[in-house]
Amino acid sequence: MNATTQPRRLGAALEAVRHRGSKALVPYVMLGDPDLQTSLAVARAMAAAGADALELGLPFSDPLADGPVIQAAGQRALRGGFRVADALTALRDLRGSLSCPLALMTYVNPVLQHGYGAFVADAAAAGADGLIVPDLPLEESGSLGDACRAVGMDLVLFVAPTSTDPRIAAVARAASGFIYCVSVAGVTGARSDTLDRVPATVGRVRAHTDLPLLVGFGINSFEKAARAAAVADGVIVASWIVQAVADLGAQVAPEERAALAGRMVGAIRAGLDGR
Amino acid sequence: MAATTGSRTGGPDALGRFGSYGGQYVPETVMPALRELEDAFAAALADPAFHGELNGLLRDYVGRPTPLWHASRLSSRLPQGVRVYLKREDLCHTGAHKINNALGQALLCRRMGKTRVIAETGAGQHGVATATAAALFGLSCRVYMGRQDMERQALNVFRMRLLGTEVVQVDAGTATLKDALGEAIRDWVASVETTHYILGTAAGMHPYPWMVRELQAVIGREARAQVLEAERRLPEAAVACVGGGSNAIGLFAPFIPDAGVRLFGVEAAGHGLHTGMHAASLTAGRPGVLHGSLSYVLQDADGQVLNAHSISAGLDYPGVGPEHSALKDTGRATYLACTDAQALEGMRLLAETEGIIPALESAHAVGALPEICAGLPEGAVVVVCVSGRGDKDMPQVARIMGGGGKP
Repeated sequence: MNATTQPRRLGAALEAVRHRGSKALVPYVMLGDPDLQTSLAVARAMAAAGADALELGLPFSDPLADGPVIQAAGQRALRGGFRVADALTALRDLRGSLSCPLALMTYVNPVLQHGYGAFVADAAAAGADGLIVPDLPLEESGSLGDACRAVGMDLVLFVAPTSTDPRIAAVARAASGFIYCVSVAGVTGARSDTLDRVPATVGRVRAHTDLPLLVGFGINSFEKAARAAAVADGVIVASWIVQAVADLGAQVAPEERAALAGRMVGAIRAGLDGR
Repeated sequence: MAATTGSRTGGPDALGRFGSYGGQYVPETVMPALRELEDAFAAALADPAFHGELNGLLRDYVGRPTPLWHASRLSSRLPQGVRVYLKREDLCHTGAHKINNALGQALLCRRMGKTRVIAETGAGQHGVATATAAALFGLSCRVYMGRQDMERQALNVFRMRLLGTEVVQVDAGTATLKDALGEAIRDWVASVETTHYILGTAAGMHPYPWMVRELQAVIGREARAQVLEAERRLPEAAVACVGGGSNAIGLFAPFIPDAGVRLFGVEAAGHGLHTGMHAASLTAGRPGVLHGSLSYVLQDADGQVLNAHSISAGLDYPGVGPEHSALKDTGRATYLACTDAQALEGMRLLAETEGIIPALESAHAVGALPEICAGLPEGAVVVVCVSGRGDKDMPQVARIMGGGGKP
């Protein structure tokens, strides 16, 4: 299916990065953490510092694939009164000022409650290029994938170190945008000293597709980012940045939070570029 | 040899759905393990050696079959001249029906060559059952339990630790069953290659709702045979409490083909449905995805899951097993809700009339009997599942009722 359709903004941007011999960097921010304006400032700073795309978290009360850091970020956003409508506001705001692709990351229930069709139509109209739903494995992804295709958005699918080869082949056939390669068997922010399984996982996926392959979960050092990127097309960095910004403390101004996130992205960017 | 599992009713479809409910809304990391588990359970069901071993454990270790007790003094206090029979799961080893499922899954764990088990627990009964099975089979065991539940069910925390299990306190969210279940799934995402997750209720992702039903259907299979022997006919009604719904689906499943047997599930109405402080997912929720399956969920307009409330830690859950959602929609089962106060009244009524102190969970089934029986024909026969015994709840209930046992 995706072989015959035009690459959309998300896939196209990541393929362009690969084409110029570089590695993609996709940092994450939880929308509404701890308030909408701060999260938007963080997103803009990360884009300005060299992010190739942004992953924007839409908080969910019971995030099964997230470790303590992203769980806490989601709780802060929800305690602040964050609503799904605020994510659309955020998308419109960022789309108006940024050219990089925007991927919304959330769980299936908020999408389902708004209706698959209505949710993706609203998200696409607000400027989203992709949707990442970690509790929607291939078997459950068909109708949301169809809804995304209908509005020109990519539904990003996952592979994990535990994925069997037949599953990887099936994911590769259905995927669009990029494939999210989970670095370890674990939740986001997993503390793994090694990324031993990344080369094998990425290699098994690469055998089935030319789509960009991004490695995420547990990328919490410049060295790990470089090692993961060396065997893939890029990395997704979430808990590392979210924790660092949260550690500044609640009293720190949004500009300072944004500046820290920007410095981290700039430094990771420089590391990936061998500078 | 008698089958040890089986429910006389259909399984889910190939995608793990009961009607439109169920499914596998989980991270990719655990999908291969769910497939392995489904295959292993199907193979076990087809293997006489599995049934033989489970049957032996249920008889010699758990103490099955559990009695079906004709509760004549309780019956005399209820409308319509009903004849109430109590299915005494409280007499199982460890004090509740949870052991039926825990032993079956521990056997499966061994068949799959895994050496570590994890579980979630609310009231602690499933945690104790899993800790017990782990001790019996020499498995390493960790149980996740909400901080609030560890406080109100302290006795069961001690039992688990005595059995050699590590109990991990969960502080997230409301620090109750919902959060313990979420944390157990997260552990499993990271440990799936060496660990079997013994999910304790009929909720969660496929194949758990099907597997737990099959392993708990022994309740209804025995009860059906016992009531036929006692009354020479099927009952008019079968009644059980519903949190996630494991004892209820175990009781209901063998009666589902018997169209004349009405099935009543009793949810926790907490302080009352109008207060918003309750756990009545089927009565007051709407379909959504929580913990890997599509089912009725207490949630806000955005799909954020709401906090549940119940005096009973085992029913304090904002979701429910998917097969119950299907049974509600088809009308095959009826679901109603019983408040904290009605449950305490049910506990007292059963204690005073029959000398049986039920768990607070099971007390919800008893507490709803006046309402249920009022709608039954004169002389109706009613089977009620006493899913567990109340010892674990005595400190909490004593605080509420006061030393004299009077509220």
